[in-house]
Amino acid sequence: MDVVFLSRLQFAAATMFHFLFVPLTLGLSVMVAYMETKYVRTGDKTYLSMTKFWGKLFLINFALGVVTGITLEFQFGTNWSRYSAYVGDIFGSILAIEATTSFFLESVLIGVWIFGWKKLSPKAHATVMWLVALAGTGSAIWILLANGWMQHPVGYVLRNGRAELDSFLAVITNKFGILEFFHTVSAAYVLSAFFVMGVSAYHLLKKQNVEFFHRSFKIALIFGLVSSLFVAIIGDTHGVHVSEVQPAKLAAMESHWETTTRAPIHLFAIPDEENERNLIEIGSIPGLLSLLGFHDINAEVTGLRDIPKDERPPVLITFISFRVMVGLGTLFILLTLYGFFKRKRLLESPNYLRVMLFAIPLPYIAIELGWVLAEVGRQPWIVYGLMRTSDAVSPIAGSQVLFSLIGFVLVYGLLGAIGFYLIFTNAKKGPMELEEDA
Amino acid sequence: MEAALQTIWFFLWGLLWAIFFMTSGFDLGIGSLLPFLGKSDMDKRVMINSIGPLWDGNEVWLITAGGVTFAAFPAVYAFMFSSLYTPLLLILFALIFRGVSFEFRGKVESETWKKAWDVTIFVSSVLPAILFGVAFANIFQGLPFDQNGYQGNLIYLLNPYGLLGGVLFLMLFLVHGALWLTIRASGDLLGRADSAANKLWFGLTGVAVLFLGATYVYTPIYDNYVSSPVLFVVPLITVAALFGTKFLLIKKDYLKAWISSAATIVSATFFCIIGLFPNLFPSNINNVYSLTAYNSSASQLTLTIMLVVVLIFIPLVIGYQFWAYFIFSGKVTEEDLAEEGAY
Ligand code: HDD
Ligand code: HEM
Ligand code: HEM
Repeated sequence: MDVVFLSRLQFAAATMFHFLFVPLTLGLSVMVAYMETKYVRTGDKTYLSMTKFWGKLFLINFALGVVTGITLEFQFGTNWSRYSAYVGDIFGSILAIEATTSFFLESVLIGVWIFGWKKLSPKAHATVMWLVALAGTGSAIWILLANGWMQHPVGYVLRNGRAELDSFLAVITNKFGILEFFHTVSAAYVLSAFFVMGVSAYHLLKKQNVEFFHRSFKIALIFGLVSSLFVAIIGDTHGVHVSEVQPAKLAAMESHWETTTRAPIHLFAIPDEENERNLIEIGSIPGLLSLLGFHDINAEVTGLRDIPKDERPPVLITFISFRVMVGLGTLFILLTLYGFFKRKRLLESPNYLRVMLFAIPLPYIAIELGWVLAEVGRQPWIVYGLMRTSDAVSPIAGSQVLFSLIGFVLVYGLLGAIGFYLIFTNAKKGPMELEEDA
Repeated sequence: MEAALQTIWFFLWGLLWAIFFMTSGFDLGIGSLLPFLGKSDMDKRVMINSIGPLWDGNEVWLITAGGVTFAAFPAVYAFMFSSLYTPLLLILFALIFRGVSFEFRGKVESETWKKAWDVTIFVSSVLPAILFGVAFANIFQGLPFDQNGYQGNLIYLLNPYGLLGGVLFLMLFLVHGALWLTIRASGDLLGRADSAANKLWFGLTGVAVLFLGATYVYTPIYDNYVSSPVLFVVPLITVAALFGTKFLLIKKDYLKAWISSAATIVSATFFCIIGLFPNLFPSNINNVYSLTAYNSSASQLTLTIMLVVVLIFIPLVIGYQFWAYFIFSGKVTEEDLAEEGAY
């Protein structure tokens, strides 16, 4: 089988799986650190058991985040060796900086946090969690600057048959990566907030540990409301930047075929890639795409027909991912707003609680689809405009990749099932039983 | 200027691998000793918790060694990891299982569950220990590649010298792990760790002698030493540290014995790295194809920036990692095992 196709499948599986765990790590670390600080400040034991309960879920999730990350660090070399040799001068250094500045801090301190309850003062112990959260955020900055560089390469020169670093400053101030960072981190906070609200809703519905989960719910609600608004605002800004630097992605996101001014958005459409048009277009709002893409209702938007066929991304996947992500994003704002007005009477709104329980998977879907949009929409480029994905792959046998791909699917499937099972059972147990355990 | 930077990076690269072997070495060793020294569930928990707070930080040295290879020698990162595709992925899969097994083992109250994770910990510790040795020994003797790329496969790597390298690494890590356990365990378990370390030391010394001989036969590692004999101090340090380990172990000065074993690992790594210089990934078909510090490095600007980053952050990392070791260097107590997050 085709090495390029298999390698893409493998990379997509590995990153998407890694990203099932990373967002919860990013958000829950902040919430747990906040809870622990509250405990240190007020001495209120409920905050301590909140820290321990959510902390336990955090740790199970964290373990999976760590182990799935390790393979990624090496996959650029194993599967994308031509890419690595071509851009390693820039891309490799960002990854190495991520490891030295962030992974160490996070991994060393997480051990101290888990085992250090009696060895450190309460204040120092809470500080350790803040540092863990800081390190996680740091690793997000670096990895997203690395990804931002692939999306929109800056600060390089072509020399010695490869891309060499020309301006480090340009690379670390790349607007694409910075927008990705803010959008991704706020998306991670949304996900974590919905996780905490959903688990709390389960217990509130059962009327268990009401005070404990009411408090948890309210903390997550504020966190979630602010982040849901933020993720949409940054998403919009990000969209404008994509329009400027990746016209093909924008056109695919909207299934926009003709180059026009006052370009419309179709609420519903079915792209027909063969015949370069949409089969159905319903509810078209003229000028909206120009407005959203360029913040100017009269702006000209390049259509897919004016982009060479071999530089177009797959339209349908890009189009659907974008719709679903934005639709869910809007839903998150509505759900958290509604909750905000009900926050004092949550127990009297079992239907809302039920909705929030079943909403747990939705941010996961949104966040994965956001990445599918970003990465599939970037095709056929691995580094936008500079290197094609098909030129980036390692010169290895397809059978090797097929074999490892099967390995990934089996191993990750197994561990994912066990991991989520442990998260579920521990989430269902609740804090009281947890204390009896100890 | 450029050549100086490249040389510095070559040795920094070696240093990162050396620290990785020194730190992860003992947690891989303890994982490999688990079925032999852990008689009861309590013993096993002491063993796992003796590395519990530290193994993750140790493993980051691997990620950093990989990352720095990517940043400083992109061509090596690309060629080495795609050539050694299967062994590397085997190592990574093992490390995946290992990482979760510590966290998951104690989370369900069931004998079968725990047994399954005990087996996982054992296999996923032994396998990387051996495979790292096999991979590095093969690098020392050179790999079959020319302008058409790499010609070998996994079976090729399992040649006698490669396998000997695997056994050597395993022995180093077993001794290192047993010694770590003497620091952190008490009672019967301490006695067993002490006697295991004592016996394993003889095995290690035997394998080391064989390896040094085989290195002379199969690799060009000694060439650099012959041309500048002062360098022989490095292997002499290794030998001194190895015997020092035994001496301190007999005196039951466990912490110092462990430090001496750490020095053995670091100086042994440097013995090989110096012999390898300036090659990072030598071809055994013809040396002109070899990837060296000079023909495969990143640009001068990248090397400079990375040097600044590393000079600031690596000492910082060593500082807080040392602090973590300091906090967790006492005996593992009942109280520790009763901790909320304990494994
Ligand atoms: C909870 C998850 C979530 C939610 C609710 C949203 N996003 Fe998003 N989105 C992501 C999670 C995400 C992501 C997974 O984090 C991505 C992938 C790459 C990135 O930077 O963020 C992303 C990418 C992404 C991109 C593509 C950027 C690129 O190609 O690199 C755009 C244009 C938007 N988003 C816009 C939006 C808008 C206008 C939203 C309005 C509500 C929105 N997103 C909600
Ligand atoms: C964690 C969130 C991410 C997810 C879920 C994700 C998802 C994907 C998907 C679905 C693909 C396949 C696209 C295709 O082949 O059509 C892909 C490809 C790829 N992504 Fe990501 N990605 C993520 C983050 C990143 C980051 C941060 C980087 C770089 C640092 C990156 C680098 C790559 C590379 C090198 C490929 C392979 C080449 C390609 O097919 O484009 N990804 N990713
Ligand atoms: C948006 C994308 C990503 C973000 C925000 C992100 C962030 C994180 C976080 C928060 C962790 C959890 C725990 C830890 O640091 O130990 C983690 C682990 C890890 N990630 Fe990612 N990651 C992303 C994608 C990637 C990619 C594409 C790579 C490949 C280079 C990667 C490499 C790693 C590694 C090596 C670890 C394990 C580190 C350790 O043992 O401490 N990550 N990542």
